[in-house]
Amino acid sequence: MLIYNHMVVDSLADDQADRVFHALADATRRDILLRTLEGQHNVSALARRYPMSFAAVQKHVAVLEGAGLVIKERNGREQLVGGNVDTMRKASRLLEQLEAVWKGRIDRIGEMLADEHNGGPNP
Amino acid sequence: MTVTSVRKDPEALTMTITTELDATVERAWQLWADPRQLERWWGPPTYPATFVDHDLTPGGRASYFMTGPEGDKSHGWWQVLTVEPPRRLELKDGFADDSGKPNDAMPAMTMVVALTERDGGGTLMTIQTQFPSIEAMERLVSMGVDEGMVAAMGQIPEILAEDTSSA
Repeated sequence: MLIYNHMVVDSLADDQADRVFHALADATRRDILLRTLEGQHNVSALARRYPMSFAAVQKHVAVLEGAGLVIKERNGREQLVGGNVDTMRKASRLLEQLEAVWKGRIDRIGEMLADEHNGGPNP
Repeated sequence: MTVTSVRKDPEALTMTITTELDATVERAWQLWADPRQLERWWGPPTYPATFVDHDLTPGGRASYFMTGPEGDKSHGWWQVLTVEPPRRLELKDGFADDSGKPNDAMPAMTMVVALTERDGGGTLMTIQTQFPSIEAMERLVSMGVDEGMVAAMGQIPEILAEDTSSA
């Protein structure tokens, strides 16, 4: 397990990963993130979708923003929030790296077994 | 060599990878049972693994370290939970300090290896990695252990996909 330490370098800073975890632990925030990944939303309009106060929704948006999952923008008096595609891309890159670790192991096993079939070096 | 599937299940905190091996179940078992064979594939060429102890009996332990290009060493341990040669191996995989002593402050993960015969020859090898809890995963992350982070980050697409399908 330890090699991941070395293989996955600084893709996301640790405290950011913490914030991502926390941000994704809540169903409302996941819903907000999903909607904002499809396009920018006005925060007030977004707030009306949930059975909670505007301030509560604003807090959720702030947590997502702190995790780098959404980006807030001001357009006149309007507050717009959109999903941060860049963070999501980083996340899927990390996933690929984890898969790569196991695929590397499996490749090495495959080579070992192939060597044996070809009468190559035995263990 | 084919990786048949990679699956991440955020509810069960698991990642499962399945591969087809061109070998009998007995031969495939040796990949885990023989430490010298294990050393040839556990670490990448840049971080080769050395198994110091390797006792695949229930309650048995293994200890290993991986040596980096700068001579840096990362230590790890296994604790064997279940061993049913040549089909099933269940173990805990954790971190150790520089002297090789288990570091209990760090959460360990559970790995389940299953080997089954494939129709038409060969072996299907399934490796499931499970985190003990969300909290442990969070702790791994906060301690800068990237593997926990990677696994967690890997869940994002699934978590989001689940919400979409249930909406």
